[in-house]
Order: sequence, then C-alpha cells, then structure tokens
Amino acid sequence: MTATLEPSRAEPGAAGPIVEISGLDVGYRRHRKVRPAVLGLNLSVAAGEIVAIVGESGSGKTTIANAIIGLLPENGRITAGSALVDGVETVGAKEKVLRALRGSVVGLVPQDPMVGLNPTQRISSQIAEALRLRGLRSDEIHQQVLAELEHAGVPEPELRARQYPHELSGGLRQRVLIAIALAGRPKVIVADEPTSALDVTVQKRILDHLVGLVRGTGISLMIITHDLAVAADRADRVVVMQTGRVVEEGDPRTILVVPREQYTKQLIAAAPGLAHGGRLAPRYVVDRGSLPAPILTLQGVTKTFRVTSPTGGHHNFQALSEVSLNVPRGQTHALVGESGSGKTTALRIALGLEHPTAGSVVLEDTEISGLSWGKQRPLRRQVQLVHQNPFASLDPKYTIKQSIIEPLVSFKIGDRKARTARAKELLDQVALPTAYLDRLPTELSGGQRQRVAIARALALKPNLLLLDEPVSALDVSVQAQILDLLTELQRELGLTFLFVSHDLAVVAQISHTVSVISKGRIVEEGPVAEVFKNPQSAYTRELIDAIPRDTRALTADPGSRTQDAEPTADPPSER
Amino acid sequence: MTVDISGASDESAVLSALPPLQRPDEVRASRHVESGRYGNLRAGLAQLARKPIFIIALLYVLFVIVSAIFPSWFSTGQPYATFPTDVMQPPSLHHLFGTDEIGRDLWTRVLYGSALTIKATITAVAIGLVAGLSFGVVSGFYGGWVDALIMRIVDTLLAIPALLFALAIITSVGYGTIPVALAVGLGVIPGFARTTRAEVLRVKTQPFVEAARASGASWMRVLVRHILPNSWGPVAVLAVLDAGVVIIAIASLSFLGFGAPPPASEWGTLISDGRDFLVTSWWLSLLPGLFVAVLVLSLNHISKTLQELER
Amino acid sequence: MTRYVIGRILQAIAVLWAAYTVAFAVLYLLPSNPVELQLAAAGVDPGSLPPGQLHAEEAKFGLDQPLIVQYFDHLGGFLHGNLGTSITQDIPVTQVIGNRIGSTLLLSLVAGVVALIAGTTLAYLATYVGVKPLRLFLSRLPAFGASLPAFLTGLLLIQFLSFKLDWLPASGQQGWQSLVMPAITISLITGSVLAQVLMRSFEEVMRQPYIITARAKGLSRGAVQLKHGLRNAALPAMTILGVIAGLTVTSSVVVETEFTRQGVGSLTQQAVSTQDIPVVLAIVMLAATLFVVINLIVDLLYPILDPRISHYPKAA
Repeated sequence: MTATLEPSRAEPGAAGPIVEISGLDVGYRRHRKVRPAVLGLNLSVAAGEIVAIVGESGSGKTTIANAIIGLLPENGRITAGSALVDGVETVGAKEKVLRALRGSVVGLVPQDPMVGLNPTQRISSQIAEALRLRGLRSDEIHQQVLAELEHAGVPEPELRARQYPHELSGGLRQRVLIAIALAGRPKVIVADEPTSALDVTVQKRILDHLVGLVRGTGISLMIITHDLAVAADRADRVVVMQTGRVVEEGDPRTILVVPREQYTKQLIAAAPGLAHGGRLAPRYVVDRGSLPAPILTLQGVTKTFRVTSPTGGHHNFQALSEVSLNVPRGQTHALVGESGSGKTTALRIALGLEHPTAGSVVLEDTEISGLSWGKQRPLRRQVQLVHQNPFASLDPKYTIKQSIIEPLVSFKIGDRKARTARAKELLDQVALPTAYLDRLPTELSGGQRQRVAIARALALKPNLLLLDEPVSALDVSVQAQILDLLTELQRELGLTFLFVSHDLAVVAQISHTVSVISKGRIVEEGPVAEVFKNPQSAYTRELIDAIPRDTRALTADPGSRTQDAEPTADPPSER
Repeated sequence: MTVDISGASDESAVLSALPPLQRPDEVRASRHVESGRYGNLRAGLAQLARKPIFIIALLYVLFVIVSAIFPSWFSTGQPYATFPTDVMQPPSLHHLFGTDEIGRDLWTRVLYGSALTIKATITAVAIGLVAGLSFGVVSGFYGGWVDALIMRIVDTLLAIPALLFALAIITSVGYGTIPVALAVGLGVIPGFARTTRAEVLRVKTQPFVEAARASGASWMRVLVRHILPNSWGPVAVLAVLDAGVVIIAIASLSFLGFGAPPPASEWGTLISDGRDFLVTSWWLSLLPGLFVAVLVLSLNHISKTLQELER
Repeated sequence: MTRYVIGRILQAIAVLWAAYTVAFAVLYLLPSNPVELQLAAAGVDPGSLPPGQLHAEEAKFGLDQPLIVQYFDHLGGFLHGNLGTSITQDIPVTQVIGNRIGSTLLLSLVAGVVALIAGTTLAYLATYVGVKPLRLFLSRLPAFGASLPAFLTGLLLIQFLSFKLDWLPASGQQGWQSLVMPAITISLITGSVLAQVLMRSFEEVMRQPYIITARAKGLSRGAVQLKHGLRNAALPAMTILGVIAGLTVTSSVVVETEFTRQGVGSLTQQAVSTQDIPVVLAIVMLAATLFVVINLIVDLLYPILDPRISHYPKAA
C-alpha cells in the first residue's frame, strides 16, 4: 500500500456502525402507484467492514445504494424506515444535509465505467472536483490528483490525467471512478456492481485492488453485485436479497457451505464458479481422437476491417488472423474469448453474414466464403443464429407466433394451418405455454424471450445452431434453465452447436470441445475437460484463474492467488 | 448429471443433490391488461382518452377541417353578404367575430377562407411526407453514395428557406394554390427525409433485422415488414408538427399580400386587411389571427402528446 | 482532419451551386414568358414598342441572350460580388440591398442575442426547477412560442404596447425603441426553437450516469447542471444554428413589413410584388449563402469543441 493515503478518521469511542438501516421501504412511482423495490430492510455496516449485497435483477440492491445518499431517480420514493449514515438520518433529510454526506462520508463507485465519467472533461478536472469539495487548496490540487490516480492503480498518471475518458480502457476508467470516490476521503464506499461491465481478468485485478485499498485504511465497503462468487471471495459478510427482501445474511463461508434458505441454495447452484467448490466441472468428457466429422470448418480465416475515424483518417483493424476451428457434428463446440477477441466476428463469418478477407469456411461440404448472400440462401435452412440480446432480437411489433414462423414464411413453407401447428410444436419444445403465441415481446421476461429466439431458430429444422453469448444477458438462475434446455434439445434433435461465450463456467456446462481465442488468434483448442484441467497456454490459465470463486475456502494452498501484494496495473492486453 | 472430474471433495456431492430451480420468470406476464397484436394500440388509445387537453385540441382541429369542407354547417351567412347597417361591429352573439368595414360577417369569412389554406396544407404535407419518406428510406437503406447524394439534395432544399422559395415561385407565376403548396411542400421534405433516414438506420442495425435476414428473409421483406413498421412513429409526429408549420407559412404568404386575390378571404389576407383598423376595430385582425394560432397550437399539442406516447 | 475540412468545404460549394441552379430555374424557367415578365416589371410595355427598340430594351437588361448564357453570367457576377441590376429601379442590386442591410443586420443581431439568452435560460430553468407544475409550465412555453405566427405576435405587441400603452412606436426604425417589438417578435420564434432543442438535449444529458457520479461527489444540482450539463447539452444544440438563421431571415420578411422597417426583409416583399427578378434571385442566394456558411462553420468547429473527436486515440 502506498503510504500517502491517510487512514480514515475513526474517532475513538465512536464505535457505532457507519451505516445503519432499519425497516427501509423504497418504491418507484409508476402510473400513480408506488411499486415497492425494497421492503423492510435492516442492515448495518461497521467501520472497516466489507459487506456484500447479492441479488439478481429486481432484487432491489442498486436501489439501496442510491437511497441512502438521496440519489434515487425522479420517481423513486422512500416510503418508510430510517437510514443512518455516520449517525445522520438520511431519510427525509434536506438536500444540504445529504450533500454534506456525499463524497466526504459516503463515496459512490457507479456501475458502468463506460458512461460514468463526463466525456467532455479531462480526467484531472473530474478528480480535482472531488478534491476541491474536500477543501484542498488550488495549488495542492494538481499534485494530489496524480497521487489519487496512483493509489487507484492507474499507470502513467501524468499522461492519463490530461486525457479524456474515451481515451482510456474500461478497466482504467473504473479505476478513475474509484479514485474519485476515494478522493473525498469517505468513511464508507458503496461500489455498485463495480466490475460487471468488465472482462473477467480485469475484474479480478480491480476488485483485489479495491479491497486492498479499503482494508489498509479502515474504510468500510459495501459491494453490490449479482455475482455471489465475487461477494463470497472478498466480503466479511454477505447479504442475499430477493425481490426487495433480505433472504439470508451471514459469514460467506457459512452461507456457501450450509445455506439455510432455498433461494440462496438456488443462487449457489446456479453460480458456476461456486457450485463445485470452485472448480470448473465440465459436463462432457470426450476423447480428442474420436470426435465425429465436422459439420462446419473454418480454415485459416483472416478478417481485416477498415476503420474510419470521425475526422476522416482511417486505418486497418485486424479482427481475425489465421483462425481455424472444427465443429464436430452432434456436439457443442465453444469459442471462448474476452470482449474484442474477435469471437463474434468469427461467428458472423461462419454464418455467412460477413466475408473473410482470406481463408475458407466449409459448411456441410460446401464452401461458403465466396458465395453471395443470395447463393447462400438454401444453406440458411441448415444454419441458424441465436443472438445475444433477447430484448432486441425480436421485432417488438411482431407477436410471438409471427416471430417464430417468420422463417417458414420467408421460405414459403406450409400453409397457415401448418405453420400455426408448427409454432405450437416449437413453443412446446422450448417449454413455453401455447397461450404465449399471441403475446408481444414486451410482455415476456428475458429468459422467455430467449426461449422464443431458440424456437424461431429451430423452425426450419436446422442441423447447426450458432449461439452468440445466448445467456450472458440473463440472470444466473435463468441462465441455468436455458443451458439445460439447450442440452436437452441437442440430445433430442441431434443438433450441433457453435457456442460463443466469455464465461468459462457456462462453457463447461454445455460444451464438448473448445477453442480459446485472444486478439483474433486461436491460442488453444481441444476437449473441454482437457483444456480446463491442463491449460497449455498462458492466456487460458489466466482466464481460468480469474473466475471468481471463494478462494478462501481453498486456503492452505500456497499458490493461492488471493494475495495481490501491490495494486497491479491492468494486463498489457488492456489499452 | 454433472461429471466432476476435478476430484473435488464432498462439498460438490452435497450441492449436486439440490432440488431443481423454480421458474421465477413465469410470474411476470400477468400484469399487463392489454396483450396481443393490437394491445399496444388499444393501450395507447386508452391513454389518449384520459388527456382532456388532447381531446380538446383534436376536436378543434377536426372542427377546422370539417368547417373548411362544409362551412355552411357552422355558419348561416354568406361570405360576401354585406350588412351595411352593421358596419364595424365588435363581436356579438349575432356576429361571432364582428363585422368588417363594409359590413361583412367576419366569422363567415374566416370559415370560408379556410378551404384554400387547408387544401394547400394537406397538399404540402402530403408532398413532403411522400417525397421525404422515400428519400429517407432509400438513403438509410442503401447507404453509400446513394445516401450521400440524397443528403446533399436534401441540404440544397434546406438551404433555401421555404418561404423565400414560395416567394420566388410567386414572383414567377403569380399566386396559385398548387405552386404555393408545392413550394412549401418542398420546404418540409428535408425534415421528413432526415427523420425517416435516422429511424431506418436505427432499426436496420437492430438484431431482429439481422435475425430475419439469417432466417431467409429477403431485403424487400425486411424493409416492408420490419423496418417501415418500426420507423413510422417519429414520422407521424413530425407530420402533425409540420402541418402547423405549413399553415403558418401559407398564412404568412397571404398576409404579405400574396394570397388568393379578393374577394377570397384567406386568413392571412383578412389579418393584413384588418391592420389598418387595428386601433379602432381590433377584432378584424386579431380574431382571425387567434383562430390560426389556436389551430397551430392544437396541432403542436397533438404532436407532442403523440411523441410522449411513442416513448 | 484536412480531408474532412476540404470535404465539407467542397460540399458547401456544391450545395450553394445547386441552390443557385434551382433558384435560377424557378425565376427564369418557370414563367411562361420570362422576357415579357421582366420587361413589364421594368415598366416597359412590349406590345407598344417597335422591334428595334424592343431589342434594345432587352439587350439593356441582358434578356436577349440565351438562358444558359444568362445563367453563367449571373453566376459569374455573384462570384465577383456583382448581384445584378434591379429591373424596377435600374440600379445595381448591390446598392439596393446595401442601403437596407444595415437595418436588417441590426435587428437580426439584437433578436439573436435575445433569443440566445432567453432560450438558454428557459431551457436551463425548465430542467433545473424541482417543482413539478412549474417545470411543466416552463417546458410547454417554447412550444407555445414557436406556434405563434410572427404576424400575429407583432400585431398583438403593437396593439398593447403601442396603441394601448403608447410605450413604443408602431413603425419605422428611429432609435432603439423601434427595435424592441420587432426584436421580441423574431426572438420569440427563434428563442423557442432553441429552447426546445436545448431542453431535449438537457433532459438527455441529465439522465446520463455521469451526472450521478458528479452528484455523488457532493455537488449541488445547480452546480452539476451548469458544470457538467451545459457543455454536453450545448454541443448537439449547435447544429441548429443554421436553422435558426434561416428562421430569422424568414421572420424578418414578415416582421419588417409589419413594422414598416426599411430592411432586406421588406425589400423582399416589395421585389416580389413588383416581380423584380434579379433582386429576388440575389436575396434568395444571400439567404442560402448565409445558411450554408453558418452550417459550415458549425461543422468545422464541432470536432474542435468535442474532445471525443479532437482527441481521438491513435490506433496501436
């Protein structure tokens, strides 16, 4: 730890909790009614304690963060209860009182670093603002800005201070946000999903750094997250929430090993990093030598994009370099990589939506890399795509039935009766009630929409499904359901999957074989069991290590990676 | 179910004996009152019905349009009939808008004067809508040099203010409803073209368009069945708004003296004629002026309400 | 970057040239007999003159040349600052406009400043005010202002401020008092448009997550709106400046006529009445040039003002 960060000003004798919430009810006003988001919350955070609030979307966890410093959105209301921050009541408090607490007592690290910083202000001004509010003199500010950046682990602080947010990577931006929160020298930091928007390897470093900073200075930390493993890994206490209420609370070790509540058990079972004691447990074990013949082969595929900058200049961006992979028939082949690795580009080339700059793509013994879209059309019936975003992959004006049968309509298959029958059949296969046929996408949840997308993909009875991160936009409990559905469909219909994902644990649950891609190159490939147990490439090892899991349950392991002695910079793979 | 090859301890055995997950996401759908294909439309109409000012605005606009086509429904008099004994009368029950300097009933003249303006407005908006929509769709859909070319054409139309353009046409060929409607219509094309283009671009990149393509839909099908239905919202809002802009433009033209020749009683002409008597008989100018202003305000309000509904 | 600048300049020139062509076509091609039309405007009755004299009159106005020659003649003239000759008054258009441009410029400038201040303030307040009914009222005001036709507002102002209260003169352009009502009339429209765009921009910006970051530091709402909101909201609103200039030009035609001011706006009205084609052509081109130049300036300034574009990270 750097020595210039002073310890927090905990007065002796003020041993009370920094945050004390009792009976808090928070709701949102919509169409003249208040819909509750948090009900009867009791929570206290002691000085120097790290508390993790865990819940899925709709659990109310983010609402808490905003509520205690009075930053609820326009339609948010605190309808009951009290929240004492450093002994000051914030419920119903005047703006002046709240302002005195913000920054100097409570520091907020917001959720998405890509939009959390003012795009038209330099980094230094944004940090300086926080320092000025603390009362620093103008001549001290510049030096202190650099110091804060250093504490937060930002390399080359003089360079970064002068830059604008869009010139920094996501990980660096998050560190800047942490620096801003710390600059006010608060007593408690509230970190709202501090790393959800980042790649796994970056996540780990930043969380470790944050925890390290906080431990060394006696600041309390409230981590709000949907990832139980992230919480368990680092918190002193875990609070599990569901639909606005606290379900269970306690020491992470206790909760993980002997969970009392049903919901907690569900979360644990669904969190891939935890379900098996922190190990990746692949579902399938296959032998490299006895794989079925491939239905799809990419050979030496290269893709270069010409990128124009807004001011007119352009340069070449190499998305893929000599990528080769085989997708064995009847099995699932995963393509794993972080954001920007080129995995989505590879998928689009496999589908024929993009043409490779070089290399070949062979589908069912047909070379498709040179074919125009029109010529590829007959092949459409054999390959279908399931998109990542269930909220945008269905036309909002189409009923479920219309969306599902559209492929049939495009290929002029069957008459109206036949198509309706097929639609019902498909809904059945994805375990949705036939009553949903006449509904609109807005009436369905994310998981249900994804099922519809899968049903649509199956309409033409394809042999191969390409899935682009099909579960990453869904809650953990729903993820498991969809993965189970896919596995079942594969078994029933003999489908082949090419499954693109950044999440190793998800991959382990559904894939037979895997290719690991980094910066447009395949760095490793083989049966999942082999690759995950004995990774050959350094990158794969890094990915596996970065999976959040309760590493403390695995202590007494001298090679344990929880000890990050210094705040480390982001890996060179980051800009 | 899971094959654990990691040689893990008893922990995983305990956890793998857990009961299957519930389905929390089933609960959601029951909240909605309206569902199905026209659910959105029905919900929207219901919302509109609850807004009193919107209803009033809509009724007023309808009244103006109907009275333009059938003025005799709302006024018993004749626009050219004079009442020499009732010259320069302020508004009263007998003469709703008062009378002018030769005794004509102003209310009747206003109503009969609507016809030309309304006709011109509808023509102008139609021209703008059809041409602008086409430009925007072609531009957004094809991109590339087609897009660049069309946008430059649109820029040219934008560079010459619509009113000046109309004035230039009037200079050449004198007043005529069609030329004026054409000139003003050309002036509103850029708005429609840009809005449509922006919408098409926005929808074109949505995953559901790609999904339709991936499942075999032709570009034509995608355009007609997916892109257009999702794009027309903001265009409709703009159409109502531009109707107001067009009305002001046409009224301004007749105010400047370039309207239909007398004894036609276009609104702008009435207002301009009344200027000379402003001190003594304010109603001659101001009442027709208010008539127009309330019409434009109503259109603006309708447009804004529709826009909020869209969101 | 230079590619962008050159590209934009070339585009601007192309648009201007196209606008000229369209205007020329409307004024010289549309009429059934442009020669007769213009002669009549000059007060010459074509029927009453012997052919020789007729030809001389035509030559005097350059009307005997084929249209295409006239087209290039005028174009060349414009490029050299020669805006042609007024047919009705037989003096250079440059002179005709020159006599009047001062008045219009003054009015436009004053109206512009008022619109800028009023529009920005209104947009800021409408976003800042917490009391819901007041906020609703403020946010509806611009729509109201933009709906009132210029001729009506002018008349209402004259009625109340001039006739009823006798505070300000109803016509003419003597002294600053004569500027007040015309300026208000114009700025009501342009200010409303500006306010509407800014309001939407503000709303968009204040919804952004970085606003929460700023408030979490402990800044007051007003400070956040000013320091973080204004710059981010103003940038996209800059693109409307060209439209506002166009609106000012259009409104001044009506306003100057209404308030009997001797400006380019009222000149337009007169030129159209007397069918003085060269004057109309010159005015249309002036308006188009103004619009194009303003848009060009905005387009060139924008990348400099928006750090997301000026500080584009160089690719590795």
